[in-house]
Amino acid sequence: MPPKNPRKLYRRPAALADVPMHYCVGCGHSLIHKVLAEVLDELAIADRTIGVAPVGCAVFAYNYLNCDMSEAAHGRTPAVATGIKRARPDSIVFSYQGDGDLAAIGLAETLHAANRGENITVIFINNTVYGMTGGQMAPTTLIGQKTATSPHGRFAETMGYPLRMCELIDTLVRPHYIERVALDGPRNVLRAKRALTLAFQAQMNGRGYSFVEILSACPTYFRLSPLDSLKFVGKEMADYFPARLFRNNGESVHA
Amino acid sequence: MSSRVLMTGNDAAAEGAIRAGCRCYFGYPITPQNELIAYMAKHMPDRGRVFIQSESELAAISMVYGSAATGIRAMTSSSSPGISLKQEGISYLAAARLPSVIVNVQRGGPGLGGIEPSQGDYFQAVKGGGHGDYHMIVLAPDSVQEMHDLTAEAFDLADRYRTPVMVLADGRIGQMMEPIRLREEQREFPAKPWALTGARNRKPRIVRSLFVEEGALEKLNRELQAQYRLIEREEVRFEELLTSDCSVLVAAWGTCARVAKSAIRKARAAGLAAGLLRPITVWPFPTQRLAQLAETVKAILVVEMNSGQMLEDVRLAVNGRVPVHFQGFLGSRIPSETEILTAIRNLSPASAPGRRKPRKSHAPQKPA
Repeated sequence: MPPKNPRKLYRRPAALADVPMHYCVGCGHSLIHKVLAEVLDELAIADRTIGVAPVGCAVFAYNYLNCDMSEAAHGRTPAVATGIKRARPDSIVFSYQGDGDLAAIGLAETLHAANRGENITVIFINNTVYGMTGGQMAPTTLIGQKTATSPHGRFAETMGYPLRMCELIDTLVRPHYIERVALDGPRNVLRAKRALTLAFQAQMNGRGYSFVEILSACPTYFRLSPLDSLKFVGKEMADYFPARLFRNNGESVHA
Repeated sequence: MSSRVLMTGNDAAAEGAIRAGCRCYFGYPITPQNELIAYMAKHMPDRGRVFIQSESELAAISMVYGSAATGIRAMTSSSSPGISLKQEGISYLAAARLPSVIVNVQRGGPGLGGIEPSQGDYFQAVKGGGHGDYHMIVLAPDSVQEMHDLTAEAFDLADRYRTPVMVLADGRIGQMMEPIRLREEQREFPAKPWALTGARNRKPRIVRSLFVEEGALEKLNRELQAQYRLIEREEVRFEELLTSDCSVLVAAWGTCARVAKSAIRKARAAGLAAGLLRPITVWPFPTQRLAQLAETVKAILVVEMNSGQMLEDVRLAVNGRVPVHFQGFLGSRIPSETEILTAIRNLSPASAPGRRKPRKSHAPQKPA
């Protein structure tokens, strides 16, 4: 028997377009899009938000989010976001970047936008591989992890260690909010949503640069099942990239 | 009456942009355009506008991309090696059809080259420069006044055709001072119904250059090409001097055209029928006018501070109707009046016997 006065407890966020997504089974992007759309709805900012999605699996984010969006050349995403925000300071501006975009080709743009304290929100999806181009090594690929361009695993001696971006950005003075979350289960999905909410609120209040790193699964190029991929995120990835708050209100938070 | 002031070309370009309503400037230092970025650093914040010294030219042009996407007027400036870095962003601006202005105060190349004036970036500017099948409007000033005016007008052209526009100057025009008349401040700007302003009471808008749906990229490229044909019909600009009866036509742009003007006046005083065609838009190129002139002149002399780049466009326009000679200067050296006058004299039909004609080959003449 259905209740007499049914109450709708869950609905598709208005900021999320009602279309099928192209992402692989178990990919973190679709979940993060949904959480992001919920945050835009709850803060009632979707109609003044401009997002920037660069090259990568999420370049088509503009098909899924009901807000104005721009593409960016690979890695130049924080520069494009800077240009938008400086031209329209009343807009809410976010970038949505993968590990190659943010930590390899766009490392200079990433650090300088953070160092200037641009009043933007950077959402960093770290899944340790280049997805769109076929699973090549990323700057965040773990030691020993096999990819198309590290077929025998990543060796520190020739390829260096994975870059910890939250820790790197935490060395700068201007950033206001920095947090890393691991998207490995319902509890941490809620943590990711909370982190995004705090990041956007910081921007809405004109407090400056906010950075949310989300450890996310890529079952296709982890070559694991979706379930085992979540375990990889929560164990191997989170061991090297500790999921925690690094900076709040402009102050470093010690582990 | 507008005021008359003494300015460098770089300052004049900056002030022209400001008076054209440029809201955001992004740049990275490089000689010989440093006066421009310094002028912007001083004057943009004073007027409540945006100035950022970016971390690189790659970042600067992408900041222009972001600002232009919101519908405001934005620009960057640099010199040759820096312009190479901006090619990535220029290709994206062309594809995303974002109006924007890029000033190139050329120096010698290739590589780090030198810091003296040069015209070595002609190919890069007029043939596209970055990857893909695109053009941008390229304006070539030959005076400080034109640095001011053309930089301002570049913004109107950019808005009209939704395209990046380049002002292609050189270190000499950038650094020299001349008295100029300042333009009035522009106060009215065209509406931009495609700009990203937040999707309030309307559907979301997308600024993009990736087109993977079947047929979408071809559609974009057809639209771009149609726009380029329109620009070729509507926006060709050039200056002519004493062409109605000339037998030797000098074709030169920018600094070389300026020296050529003096040489031509001296040639006329000496009884030689010389004239000048100076493209002001080097893209779109004044192909038709050059073809017309080729019907009446006896010889064409192309003078450039490179190894013969506009020369190729002149030859395409002339299409064998008349001999095309070339005088090139490669070491970032500006031609002298006498050198061009000598070349005109040697090509003139009435030239005295025993005078050597400039070589017809592609290779530059050795400096005197």
